[in-house]
Amino acid sequence: MKTKNRSVLDYVQEYGALIALILLVLVISVISPQFRTLNNFLSLLRQASINGFIAFGMTLVILTGGIDLSVGSTLGITAALCAGMVVNMGVPVPVAMIISLILGFLLGAVSGILITKGRLQPFIATLITMSVYRGITLIYTGGRPITGPANPEYVMGGVLEFFGKGSVVGIPFPVIMFVVIFIIYYLILNKTTMGRKIYAVGSNAKCAELAGISIHKVKLLIYSFSGLMAALSGLVLLSRLNSAQPTLGDGYEMDAIAAVALGGTSMNGGRGKITGTLIGILIIAILSNGLNILGVSSYYQDVIKGLVILVAVLSDKNR
Amino acid sequence: MHILMKDIQKSFGQNQVLKNAQLDLRDGEVHALMGENGAGKSTLMNILTGVYTKDSGSVFVDDKEVTFKSAKEAEENGIVFIHQELNVLYDMTVEENLFINKELKGSFGFCRSKEMQEKAKEALALLGVSIPAKAVMSTLSVGQQQMVEICKGLMANARVIIMDEPTAALTETEANTLFEVIEGLREKGVSVIYISHRMEEIFQISDRITVMRDGEYIGTKDTKDTNMNELVKMMIGREIGERYPARQAKIGDVVLEVEGLGLDGVFDKISFNVRAGEVLGVGGLMGAGRTEIMHSIFGDVPYQRGKIRIRGKEVQIRKTSDAIKQGIGFITEDRKLEGLMLEKSIEENISLTNLDRMSHNTMINTKKEDALSQRGIKEFNIKCFGASMPAGNLSGGNQQKVVLAKWILKEPKILILDEPTRGVDIGAKKEIYNIINDLAGQGVAVIMISSELPELLGMSDRIMVVREGRVTGIISKEEANQENVMILATGGTLDENEK
Repeated sequence: MKTKNRSVLDYVQEYGALIALILLVLVISVISPQFRTLNNFLSLLRQASINGFIAFGMTLVILTGGIDLSVGSTLGITAALCAGMVVNMGVPVPVAMIISLILGFLLGAVSGILITKGRLQPFIATLITMSVYRGITLIYTGGRPITGPANPEYVMGGVLEFFGKGSVVGIPFPVIMFVVIFIIYYLILNKTTMGRKIYAVGSNAKCAELAGISIHKVKLLIYSFSGLMAALSGLVLLSRLNSAQPTLGDGYEMDAIAAVALGGTSMNGGRGKITGTLIGILIIAILSNGLNILGVSSYYQDVIKGLVILVAVLSDKNR
Repeated sequence: MHILMKDIQKSFGQNQVLKNAQLDLRDGEVHALMGENGAGKSTLMNILTGVYTKDSGSVFVDDKEVTFKSAKEAEENGIVFIHQELNVLYDMTVEENLFINKELKGSFGFCRSKEMQEKAKEALALLGVSIPAKAVMSTLSVGQQQMVEICKGLMANARVIIMDEPTAALTETEANTLFEVIEGLREKGVSVIYISHRMEEIFQISDRITVMRDGEYIGTKDTKDTNMNELVKMMIGREIGERYPARQAKIGDVVLEVEGLGLDGVFDKISFNVRAGEVLGVGGLMGAGRTEIMHSIFGDVPYQRGKIRIRGKEVQIRKTSDAIKQGIGFITEDRKLEGLMLEKSIEENISLTNLDRMSHNTMINTKKEDALSQRGIKEFNIKCFGASMPAGNLSGGNQQKVVLAKWILKEPKILILDEPTRGVDIGAKKEIYNIINDLAGQGVAVIMISSELPELLGMSDRIMVVREGRVTGIISKEEANQENVMILATGGTLDENEK
């Protein structure tokens, strides 16, 4: 039973991640003048968007009680394919990009089908697709990077160049996409029947099914979107690096899951918010950006990241 | 063991759930604890067994004041609480469950399996039940699992066993076995605190009855000196009137017609019909296939053979959305597992079945949603602190009303109710009966599965009895009585007209 007089502690628990985010920004800002510049914030957000797209997709997956380990591999395969189509086959850049996005969607759908029709547990199903997609990427690239897809020599190479490096009125294009996609996910989860169905599947699948909701359809769709988000992230990364490494995106699933967990979404499904994930994404981005600026070794960064997640999750009363 | 609880107070936040609760348990008696859902029975028992701490008041065990800090400490002192949701490890064997965390260990810390199995067998035999010690828990019936829990308590030298709604999920036979076991416990001098809503069994097995209402002690009666009406009055503070309210419904045309429905290994040759404004009761023993038949008609587990006709037109029902499109609503047996999203709000639960009605181009219209949940709360008299309260925080009866609201507000033409009053207190029960009557009055065809014979006889226009996946008879209200329903349910045949 909730009481009306809420203590300070309640608020700390309710907004633990948000408080952590604000504290992080304040503390690092005080220590480092380099951190608190507009330019650094914009580059930080651009960096955040890469993990962000994946984490938004992952949020929906986790809300249904699942997990998607294949996102890093999906990112790798779609980026490699995009680069390969441009560099080796002369496919116009925008076409290659669209094909990559569609491929990402379909690769996500494969995980979805394994989970729904194949009745595999999400962890196992996406462990399989993770391994297979990474293997295919290695075979396709022969283990070597495919470089230069965003070079001007290719048909409309500027589009890819702009995708990760361009900006509109001073705001990096990936940041604009990040904001737009956040708003879309926010609306889907909070304002549409689809959002209700996602929560219902994660909250009580049997109950949802008896209410006439097709659980298979919902799951298939969210895994497909998770794949699409990974592909989108891959294109931004490809543009930034102008090279598709065969190991591109390796381990990215972990940062995405960390962001979702930091945001207070229950790993059992049914409970969580996309705004929480947004906070989680920002915390992770600020941590690595801030610690880099402060010159903390990346070995220590991982330990600190782990501890921050621990504190945030411990303070979550719904855990 | 003699237990005295006096002036117990307990609040959760600003919500006082116990004020001056008391209980006086004598050595070797079966003491029934009664009261509506939310009267504080479970809270009182949780305080006795150290799950909750009391705010004030005192607990005496054999005239010595005690405060148990945990359920484990209470158990060590001979008080065992068998919860409604059983506390068993489903993937482990009976023997492993009995010895969990108390394993007998030999050299090198290895378990002495043989010895434990022998002891497990002995203990089960002592209880007078035949359950193989090697059986995996999940393969046992709920009744057997309960026996294992009782056995576990006795092996820990329990002197007091508390049972919360033990018969809620038991078949008639299993319940009788339980009563025999309770009788045996009493003879051994073990006291039993028995929480139940079922009047019949309270009168059958208890020595004394304590009634609680709104967290307060109302009184304790010797069972032989009291009667059902007095108890009900004590529980709800007023006369409840007729237990099964009369229905003013005109029975119309056949709405649902089922012919030769079959599903391999589950049920076969199921044929019946329901008319508009009619309540068709479905009786039978637990596990007879009643629930499965209804799940099949609702498209949850599609049938393999047979036809379903709605208003004379044959329809295909392969998935739940097909059934919903045909105007069928289904209130399932287990509201916690199937009926509700417990951590979600009342509003979200009610909306779930009505998403299409509240949305325009998939965007949810919050005004319509608010209006719908407010209507649900009002029409179904759901006692809550607003529509945003999580459904899991409601009492059993009010949870059930949320399930009813979410389906009935969808205005079904056919409504299937599976054990609609299980675990629901007597006041809420009557409200549910009134809701069913209103629906029938509006011309809805109602199918009601019930394992409570009095309810089945009191509410149905006709009763269909199912046994081992077959319909063994359909009896009209006038002909039906406890005996002939039981005969059909257990495998006998009726001599006269019915077959």
